[in-house]
Amino acid sequence: MAAGTAMSSYWRGLRDGLPFLAVVGPFAMLFGVLATEAGLAVHETMGFSIVVIAGAAQFTALQLINENAPTLVVLASALAVNLRMAMYSASITPHLGPLPLWKRGIVAYFLVDQTYAQSILDFEKNLDQTTAEKFAYFLGVMTPICPPWYLFTFVGAVLGESIPPSLGLDFALPIAFLAMVGPMLRTPAHRIAALVSVILALAFAWLPYNMGLLVAGLGGMMAGAQAELRLGVKP
Amino acid sequence: MTDTTELWTIIIALGLGSFGLRFAFLGLVGDRAMPEWLLRHLRYTAVAVIPALVAPLVIWPTSTGGEPDATRLAAAVATFAVGYLTKNVFAAMGVGAAVLVSLSLLF
Repeated sequence: MAAGTAMSSYWRGLRDGLPFLAVVGPFAMLFGVLATEAGLAVHETMGFSIVVIAGAAQFTALQLINENAPTLVVLASALAVNLRMAMYSASITPHLGPLPLWKRGIVAYFLVDQTYAQSILDFEKNLDQTTAEKFAYFLGVMTPICPPWYLFTFVGAVLGESIPPSLGLDFALPIAFLAMVGPMLRTPAHRIAALVSVILALAFAWLPYNMGLLVAGLGGMMAGAQAELRLGVKP
Repeated sequence: MTDTTELWTIIIALGLGSFGLRFAFLGLVGDRAMPEWLLRHLRYTAVAVIPALVAPLVIWPTSTGGEPDATRLAAAVATFAVGYLTKNVFAAMGVGAAVLVSLSLLF
């Protein structure tokens, strides 16, 4: 019975995660191509995608390695880009915190932009799920996102420069995220949080190391929390 | 070019650091109760971080060297509008991709 509902949650997650394949494929291939162009061997490129498994941070690190930046600068910059992952971790803890430690470890490893955003959207929409069902759903979403991240990095690394940069492909990522924002704007507090975060992100885009994203993220969260208190909206 | 040892140092340290950030709350807090004010802020994480991640990419796309681009802007507006009105992520992605591809082919 319990295994049955977890299984159906897994398949539901897999179905919801499937469209992200269209984003992850080109993005991973691009990393493979650029890493090869930067002089990395195939196994080193794969090491990046399997060990780090974070698109934006990998591109940042690659860029700085290319510029011969000192190791510490590479690490600090790429980790700054990834600081938002700590916010995702905090945000998903009320849902997946009751899991045993090893399962929380698995969630942490696979916690990337797409798996986080799609899972939190579902957890907040379907409130009656058990922790086991939420974990199964998360694994379902992860399945068409993370293994293809490795696979298409490999394809990109092997094919290298023979892949022509096709028009508009770079914009698949913003489209995928934007598609998720609309359904997230459930209450006035959510809409205020999003609006404040966009204004701050554009105003602080000049900050180095992607710090503008953190300013905007924290500012948006504070705006949402304040709006919830003052407007008395239900979360 | 960075040498092999240095490269693997970067890969492994970056992997450990990224995992640390992702595990920070999941691992240390677990199912202990978090204070209400913190939960109230965390409810808005996704809706604050994802738009902030996307907004600069929409206004200043990397592939045009940071120049605002009508095709990408139109695709972004269409994606958001469909997502907001229908609450359907896949319809929004489909319409956004269709607008992006058709305008890219036209111009």
